[in-house]
Amino acid sequence: MSASLATVSYIGATILFILSLGGLSNPETSRRGNVYGIVGMTIAVLATVFGPRVTMGGLPLIIGAMAIGGSVGLYAAKKVQMTQMPELVALMHSLVGFAACVVGFASYIDTSIVFTGAEKTIHEAEIYIGILIGAVTFSGSVIAFGKLSGKINGKPVLLPARHWINLAGLLIVIYFGHVFLNAETAGGGTFPLIVMTLISLAFGVHMVMAIGGADMPVVVSMLNSYSGWAAAATGFMLSNDLLIVTGALVGSSGAILSYIMCRAMNRNFVSVIAGGFGTGGGQVAKSDGAQPAGEVVPVSAVETAELLREAKNVIIIPGYGMAVAQAQHTVYEITKFLREKGVNVRFGIHPVAGRMPGHMNVLLAEAKVPYDIVMEMDEINDDFPATDVAMVIGANDIVNPAAQEDPNSPIAGMPVLEVWKAKTSIVMKRSMASGYAGVDNPLFYKDNNRMLFGDAKKMLDEVLVALHA
Amino acid sequence: MALTIGIARETYAGEKRVATVPEVVEKLIKLGFSVSVESGAGDGANFFDEAYTAAGAKIVGSAAEIWSGSDIVFRVRAPSPDEVAQMKEGTTLISFIWPAQNPELMQQLAARKVTVLAMDSLPRLLSRAQKMDALTSMAGITGYRAVIEAANQFGRFFNGQVTAAGKIPPAKVFVAGAGVAGLAALGTAVGLGAIVRANDTRPEVADQVKSMGAEFVKVDYEEEGSGGGGYAKVMSEGFQAAQREMYAQQAKDVDIIITTALIPGKPAPRLITADMVRSMKPGSVIIDLAAEQGGNCELTEPNKVVVKHGVTIVGYTDFPSRLAKQSSTLYATNLLRLTEELCKTKDGIIDVNMEDDAIRGLTVIKEGEVTWPPPPLKLPAPPAAKPAAAPQPEKKSSGHGHGAGAPMAGKTLAIVFGLGALLFLLIGSAAPPAFLGHFTVFVLACFVGYMVVWNVTPALHTPLMSVTNAISSIIAIGALVQIAPPLAEGVERPGFWIGLLAFVGLMLTAVNMFGGFAVTRRMLAMFRK
Repeated sequence: MSASLATVSYIGATILFILSLGGLSNPETSRRGNVYGIVGMTIAVLATVFGPRVTMGGLPLIIGAMAIGGSVGLYAAKKVQMTQMPELVALMHSLVGFAACVVGFASYIDTSIVFTGAEKTIHEAEIYIGILIGAVTFSGSVIAFGKLSGKINGKPVLLPARHWINLAGLLIVIYFGHVFLNAETAGGGTFPLIVMTLISLAFGVHMVMAIGGADMPVVVSMLNSYSGWAAAATGFMLSNDLLIVTGALVGSSGAILSYIMCRAMNRNFVSVIAGGFGTGGGQVAKSDGAQPAGEVVPVSAVETAELLREAKNVIIIPGYGMAVAQAQHTVYEITKFLREKGVNVRFGIHPVAGRMPGHMNVLLAEAKVPYDIVMEMDEINDDFPATDVAMVIGANDIVNPAAQEDPNSPIAGMPVLEVWKAKTSIVMKRSMASGYAGVDNPLFYKDNNRMLFGDAKKMLDEVLVALHA
Repeated sequence: MALTIGIARETYAGEKRVATVPEVVEKLIKLGFSVSVESGAGDGANFFDEAYTAAGAKIVGSAAEIWSGSDIVFRVRAPSPDEVAQMKEGTTLISFIWPAQNPELMQQLAARKVTVLAMDSLPRLLSRAQKMDALTSMAGITGYRAVIEAANQFGRFFNGQVTAAGKIPPAKVFVAGAGVAGLAALGTAVGLGAIVRANDTRPEVADQVKSMGAEFVKVDYEEEGSGGGGYAKVMSEGFQAAQREMYAQQAKDVDIIITTALIPGKPAPRLITADMVRSMKPGSVIIDLAAEQGGNCELTEPNKVVVKHGVTIVGYTDFPSRLAKQSSTLYATNLLRLTEELCKTKDGIIDVNMEDDAIRGLTVIKEGEVTWPPPPLKLPAPPAAKPAAAPQPEKKSSGHGHGAGAPMAGKTLAIVFGLGALLFLLIGSAAPPAFLGHFTVFVLACFVGYMVVWNVTPALHTPLMSVTNAISSIIAIGALVQIAPPLAEGVERPGFWIGLLAFVGLMLTAVNMFGGFAVTRRMLAMFRK
C-alpha cells in the first residue's frame, strides 16, 4: 500500500470517528455510531499494518499482540456488569495512559529517526509531554479504578500542603524538561525522563486520591479527556495526523463531559481537581447551625405500595444506592406494573447521579426501561408540582433542598431535582447518614416526605410484592 | 391504664360531621386507647355503628355515658353548656372551641377542671403542626364545595364547548382571597374548565395562584398585605379604593364570584358592594364564604341563598358539613396525628406536654386553668420577609442536550481572543512548518470534537465515554509504526527493546480497542423505546 493510499485511509478513518461520536446524539442512531467507530478503527489499523511504515516482518508480533489483547478485552466486555461500568472505563483509561508511556519511551530510544535543530527540540518536547500525560492518566486511572471498585477508600485523602507538593512536582518536571531537551549525549536524557515519569505517576495518584467519591463522574471524564490528549501528543511525536485528530476528538469530548459534570454540581473544575468536598474552610461545620426542623416519618413497604397504587403521576429518582443494591430490575418490574395500571411513571436523572456520566441511564437501559420515559433534570424539574409520588432510590445530595434554600450550605447553588414539590416524596435509604457532601438533608424532615429505610433491592422487592397483593 | 376516647354525637343543628371515623378508630386502638362511640354519631356522615364496631369501638347508647365516662372526648363543634356539665374532672376535650368568640364556654370548661385542646388554636406556621391542621383541612373542603355549590346555582356549563348546537363560552370565575379555601376553589374551578382569576392582598400568593392554573389579578397600588402568621391585614384607604375599582371591573365581567377574605379577629372586609352586584350579569352567582363573619358581600344573608338583582348569593356557613364524609375523615386524621403527638409512648396514656410549641398553642385550658392566649411563638421570619430568598439557579432554555451555554461577556471574549492570538504568535514564530501542519489539524479537530460532543444526549454519556475510550486506542498506530519499520541501510536501532515496548503497548491498546467497542455495543443494544 502506498503512502498516499495510507493517508487517504486515515482521512476515511477520521471521518468515521467523527460520525461515530455524532451518532451518539440520539439512542436511535447510536448503534450505527458504534459501527462507524469499529469500521474506522479497522481501516486505521489495516492501513497502518499494510502501509509504508510497517514491514511484513512485524506481522507475527502484531497479530500475536492483537490476539492476546483483543481476547482479554472481549472477555472483559462480555463479563462486566453494568453497575461496574465506571470501574471498567477507568481501567481502560489506564491502559491508554500506559500505552502512551510505552510508545513514548520506545520513540525516545529509537535512534533510527534523526532530527536536527528546532525539529529535534520539538520532537523531544513531544516525547516528554506525551510520556507525562500518559503517566498521569495511567496512575490516576488506576487509583480511580481502585476507588470506584471499593478497593481504595472513597474518602478524599488530603496530604498537608498538597498544593505545594503539586507545585514542587511541577517545577521539578519543568526543570528536568529543560535538562532533557539540552542533553548533549544520546543517553543523557534518560535520567530526567525517568524522574519525570515517576513524578507524573505520583502526581496522578495524589490528584485522584484527594478527590471524593461524589466527584468521581468528573474524575472519570477528566481521565477520559487525558487519555485523548495522550494520544494526540503521541501523534505529534510520530507526525501522525490520524492520532492527532482522534486524540483531539477524545480529549475535547472528555473535557466537555467534565465541564458538564462540574456545572451539574455548581462547582469549579479547578476546585474539584484540587481537593475533596466541603474541605474548603469548615463550611460543613457552619451549616450545622441550620439544623432542619421537623421530624422524619418512616413508612413501610406496604404503605409505599399503597401510595404508588393511588398515584397518577410518579417520578422515580435513582441514585448510586440503586446501583449498589443492583435494584434496577426490580425498579423496572414496579414501573411495568404501574404503567400497566395506567400510572404515568417517569424517571428523573440528575447529571451526576452515580459514579460516571450517564451511569443511571445505562443501568435503567439494562433493566429494559424504555428510554423515552427517562428524563433529564431540566426536562422534568417543572413537573414535580403535578406529581403525586416522587420516589428517591438511594440518592441524597442531588435531591437536597438546601442547595436552593440555604446559602451557607456547601452545596448551595447546585442544581437539584425538586422532589419536595411533589405531593409526597418517598426516600429510600439505608439510614439517616448524610451523602458524600456530608450535608444534612432537610428533605427528610419535610412534612410531605416519607422515609423507607432498608436496602433498596430488598425494600423494592417488598413493595413489588405488596403491589401485586 | 389505657384511657378511653369518647366520640359524642354532634348536637349543633344541621351538623353532619363526626369527630372520628372507623378507619381511624383502628389506629387509635393500635396506639393503646379504647374507643367508645355514641350510637348514631356517624350517621350524618354515612359511618354507621356496625362499621365502628367492626373497627373495634364500643357503641354506647347515650351521650351522657360518653361525656361522663370518657377520659378524652373528641368533638367537631364546641360542646353545649349541658354537655360541659356532664364532664368529669380531669377529662381532656379536643374540639373546635374558638376561645376568643366563646368566653362563657371557656369559663364553664375551666370550672369543670378539664383540659381543653382547641383545634382552631393550633400554631399553623409550625411546619410540624401542619398534619394536625384541621382548619386547613376544613378550608380545603369549603373551597371545593363552594365551586360545586356555584355550579349548582349557575345555569350554564363551566367549560367552553363547541357543539352542534352552537359554541358555548366558558364560565368566568373570580376568587377573592387565595388562602387555603381560595386555592382549593381555584383548583376545582379550573378542573371544571372555567376561566379562573384570583386576587389576594398578599403578593406572595401570586405564584401559588398561577401554579393552580389560574390568573392572578393585581390591584394597581403598592402595599404589602401580609399581616404575619400567613394571614392578611387591614389595608390602607388608598389601597382599598384601588381594590374596589378592580372588583367593580371584575364584577361586570365574570359569572361567578367566590369570596374568601377574612382577617383574624375582625369582621370580614366588604369587598362586593350592592352596586357591584347590580352590575353583574343576570344569572351570576356569588358564593360568600365569609358569611359567618358578616360576609364579603354587602347583600349576603348568612345561612341562606338569596337572589338580589338577578344574582344568586349563597351565604351558607356549613360547607364542610355538606361534605360530611370527606370532612369527617380528614378531621379524624388530624385528630389522630394530634393523638400520636400526645401519646408518643403508644401506651394509651396522653401527656399534654406544655414545652412542645404545637401542644402549647393548642391547649387553651390545662386542668381547669385557662392558658389562652399562648405566649407568642418564636418563629422564623416568614419567607417573604427574607431579603433574597434562595437564589434560584438559572433555568437553561436549551431544548435538547445542554447547548454550549450562554454567550460570554464581551470582555471575557476579548481576553480569550487576545490570549489565543498571543499563543499563536509564539508558536508561529518558533515552530517549523512541519509542526504547524500538524498543529492546524490538531486545533481544527478540537473544534470538531467540541461541536460534535455538545450534541450527545446526556443519557448516552456512558456509551460516549466507552466509545471515546475505544477510539483512543488509536494510539495502537503509534505502537504499530514502531514495531517493525522499514529501516534504511546501516541505521542502528535497539530493535529488541523497541519491539518489546511496542508489543506491550499494542497488546494493551488491543484490550481497549476490542473491549471498548464490544462493551459500547452491549450497552447501546440495551437502549430501547
